[in-house]
Amino acid sequence: MILAEGEQTVPSWRLLVPMPQEIVWSLIFLVIFALVFMKFILPRLTAVLDERTEKIEGGLRKAEQVQEQVDQLKNDQEQELAAARQEAASIREKARADGQKIVDEARARAEAESERVLAAGRQQLSAERIAASTELRSEVGTLASDLASKIVGESLSDDERSRRVIDRFLDDLESSQTTTR
Amino acid sequence: MVAAPGSARIEIHNVAGHPAVGPRPREIELNTADLSPTLHAEGDSLFHIPTLDEFFPEALLFAGTPFEFNRVQLVRLIMIAVVLIVLCIIASRAKLVPGRAQSIVELIIEFVHNGIIKNTLGLKDGMRFAPFLITLFVFLLTMNIAGVIPGLNLAGTSVIGLPLLAALWTFVVYVVAGVKKRGFAGYLKHETAPPGLPKPIYLLLVPIEFLQVVLIRWASLTIRLLANMVAGHIMMVVFIGLTHGLLFSASWLTVISPFAGALAIGIYGFEIFVAGLQAFIFTILAAVYIQMATADEH
Repeated sequence: MILAEGEQTVPSWRLLVPMPQEIVWSLIFLVIFALVFMKFILPRLTAVLDERTEKIEGGLRKAEQVQEQVDQLKNDQEQELAAARQEAASIREKARADGQKIVDEARARAEAESERVLAAGRQQLSAERIAASTELRSEVGTLASDLASKIVGESLSDDERSRRVIDRFLDDLESSQTTTR
Repeated sequence: MVAAPGSARIEIHNVAGHPAVGPRPREIELNTADLSPTLHAEGDSLFHIPTLDEFFPEALLFAGTPFEFNRVQLVRLIMIAVVLIVLCIIASRAKLVPGRAQSIVELIIEFVHNGIIKNTLGLKDGMRFAPFLITLFVFLLTMNIAGVIPGLNLAGTSVIGLPLLAALWTFVVYVVAGVKKRGFAGYLKHETAPPGLPKPIYLLLVPIEFLQVVLIRWASLTIRLLANMVAGHIMMVVFIGLTHGLLFSASWLTVISPFAGALAIGIYGFEIFVAGLQAFIFTILAAVYIQMATADEH
């Protein structure tokens, strides 16, 4: 309406109906643009984009792997540590047992030694006592018979009888000694 | 709108000598130096209604041949030259750790991947169409954005050639994808005769669906983009021209001009948004059509 009032010199149908020159130039521009864009620009850019995606994915995967490795290592280490701790504990235990054993052995040996020393002493003592008593017996016999002969004033010719007397005397002496002890 | 109360004062009619001069690019008509002689001339219009001539400027080169080169083609040429050179430089310097420029380009590619392909075709099946869809998106964005670049001021897609060719390209891509998957007859059956309907319905449905596939889809893609860009350009021209006309009207209407100016700036911002939105809509519809052609089930 108002447009029709204007200074329009081009028929309105030309808005929707392309002229040959319009098609020709549009086609040239479209083809040039599409060719350059699709053959050069886009491949380069998508290559870079893909490369980046790959890099990021690769990086993520690698990080995951490294994390896994770290976990594995940590696990191993912990296991080793636990094993080492256990071993240390067992070694300590064994050492303690060994020590105990050594102490026991030493004690046993010492006891045996003291026992032996004691026994030897006792033995020696009894031997000495026996020797002493034997010696004493003969000496005391002689002394007593001498004394008796002196006291009686006569030699007791009968040896048989005098020995019997002496022995009885000594036995009495011994028994009286044991009762007094 | 803003002009309504003052429209009686802003006389809108033909400039006396204009048809003889012939259509001139709007950018020159909007020029202060060009307009000033007619500003105070009694009976001359203060404000030119933009017409379709905007989109069909006179030839710069090869006039009358099939290679007629006018301002629209110049805008397109500048845009694709600049964009391709910049992108080639960025692509040839592409590094694993991106710089700022590379990040922006990658952002666009990622946007098509995640915003369009992932939601329609799925990333697994859709990646083989990614080059086509990304190219389409960047191409349309480039051409649309030309409409808001000062000095160019005209979207490359606001004349029918480019939208039409982009839509036909889409048409070829989705038909080829469908035929490759099912064979010619299988594809036609898949697109036009969805299973599980009563027989008589097919009499009605098959022609409609057929028309849809072979004509309506690409035609609607073309017209949607073209109409948006044409309307956006006309709106901007109207509001910028109105602001200008009001400002130099040398009457109380000058007071209103800041409002018209604010509106013009608002529409300029809106057009930036529309440029991106239309490229997005075109591309996502292309992806949806491919998905319809190659989907296993309806």
